[in-house]
Amino acid sequence: MSSPSRVSLLVLGAAALALAACNREEHHSRAKPIGETVPAGESPDTIFPGSSTAPPLDPRAALYDNNVNAISQGQQLFMQMNCVGCHSHGGGGMGPPLMDDEWRYGGRIDQIATTIAEGRPNGMPSWRGKLTEDQIWDLAAYVRSLSGLPSKDAVASRSESMSAGTPQTLTPHAEMNNSDAVPQ
Amino acid sequence: MKLSARPLAAVLPLLLAACQYQHYQSDFGKGAVEDTQFLTLFTIFIVVCAVMYLLVIGFLFAAILRRGRIEANVVESGRHHESHPLMQSTLIGWAALIGVGLAALAVASFVTDRSMAKAATNEKLSITLTGNQWWWDIVYNSADASKTLRTANELHLPLGVPTRIILKSNDVIHSFWVPSLAGKQDLIPGRENDITIVPKRTGIYRGQCAEYCGTQHAHMSLVVVVDSYPDFIKWWGHQLQPAPAPASPLALAGFKYVTSGPCSSCHNIGGTQASGQVAPDLTHLASRKSIAAGTLPMSEGNLYGWVEDPQSLKPGVKMPTIGLPPDRLHAVVAYLETLR
Repeated sequence: MSSPSRVSLLVLGAAALALAACNREEHHSRAKPIGETVPAGESPDTIFPGSSTAPPLDPRAALYDNNVNAISQGQQLFMQMNCVGCHSHGGGGMGPPLMDDEWRYGGRIDQIATTIAEGRPNGMPSWRGKLTEDQIWDLAAYVRSLSGLPSKDAVASRSESMSAGTPQTLTPHAEMNNSDAVPQ
Repeated sequence: MKLSARPLAAVLPLLLAACQYQHYQSDFGKGAVEDTQFLTLFTIFIVVCAVMYLLVIGFLFAAILRRGRIEANVVESGRHHESHPLMQSTLIGWAALIGVGLAALAVASFVTDRSMAKAATNEKLSITLTGNQWWWDIVYNSADASKTLRTANELHLPLGVPTRIILKSNDVIHSFWVPSLAGKQDLIPGRENDITIVPKRTGIYRGQCAEYCGTQHAHMSLVVVVDSYPDFIKWWGHQLQPAPAPASPLALAGFKYVTSGPCSSCHNIGGTQASGQVAPDLTHLASRKSIAAGTLPMSEGNLYGWVEDPQSLKPGVKMPTIGLPPDRLHAVVAYLETLR
């Protein structure tokens, strides 16, 4: 075998491996495992911004973070469940903006999922039991994308709904800053 | 002998079933004025085009058979005027025939188009049909808000009443197509289309989304029931009623879960706290003929299967698999069955 063909074989092999490792398009139509739980966190009665140290990253986060399907399903839920009613399309209103770099209760996907599931003081309702765990994770994945945190190849270049907004691929990347969560 | 009879035995029941449902989903159903007009137009087109086609083929064969026997007077030879008089008059006749045929098609097309448009100006009932991935949201519009009716996936039409169906979409392009009645007409996000139907034969027909709209496009069908006018009014009156209060303890347990749990975030059940607006209205779910936009026939067993694991029956559907424990599943299905 001549060396150029050996090189091209190597390149092909490497490409196949790289493709196999690519799970951004992975889609679990049934949430797996069924009955999974969003990590329980502190309830709105006890929590203060930044009052708790971040727990170790939940292993389920990898299923949803940077996942194309989770982000697009989350985008539909964000409209359907009327998150826009308080948070607008990320710019905030009655609720805090979601597209800036400040995360009062943590900006990791599992921390956001906990925030959605448990609710937070001053108006954020608890969605545990109203949405499935899978849907809460999807929503968390989309909320992260509002400040450009997921990688660009995971977000949609066009919206799932009627929208004249800028495509998400152009969302500027904001740092994940928990600094305003320092105990007062 | 035994072997050859076997396939027949397998096919025969299918053929018989085909006879029974011959108008269920068929362009030849003649279930509505529109479908009949269209079928007439189509027949005229087929007949005119078939006659012309056969004539062309006939001339072609004649030319092949006569080849070499007569010296052709082609245009380039400049002796066209020397052609046989019969040939000349035949050519003139041929041109005239083409003219008449095209004119006939144009007139037939115009007349059909105008008469369909005329029906649209004579609207007596207005329905808004909104396409979603992958189900149909149906609203019967009425000036009286207490008569406005919202349902899903099963369209009831009154016999002989010109009904205008306003077509919208919430996500991607869908297409309304009930072959036995009329169609197709697209449902386009951000736009309003409409189609007018005057049903002329009672019965049950099947509609189908006719524009690829995602994974479950094939499971986005619509049951259309054409009722006599009194039956239709009775149906409307019944559908306007709120959901009945559950009587049995099991159904009551299901009621409590459905109206407070995750079901209520998306589904609406009239007269209860369940008021989600993003999934099919369930107020009279058990009175409908199918589950999940024609995916399954309505039955207790199918309800069990659907509620427990919709993702295995219609993978990708927006309804999540919740994984209800058995006792809760029994309660939920018992409650859904009371929604008649």
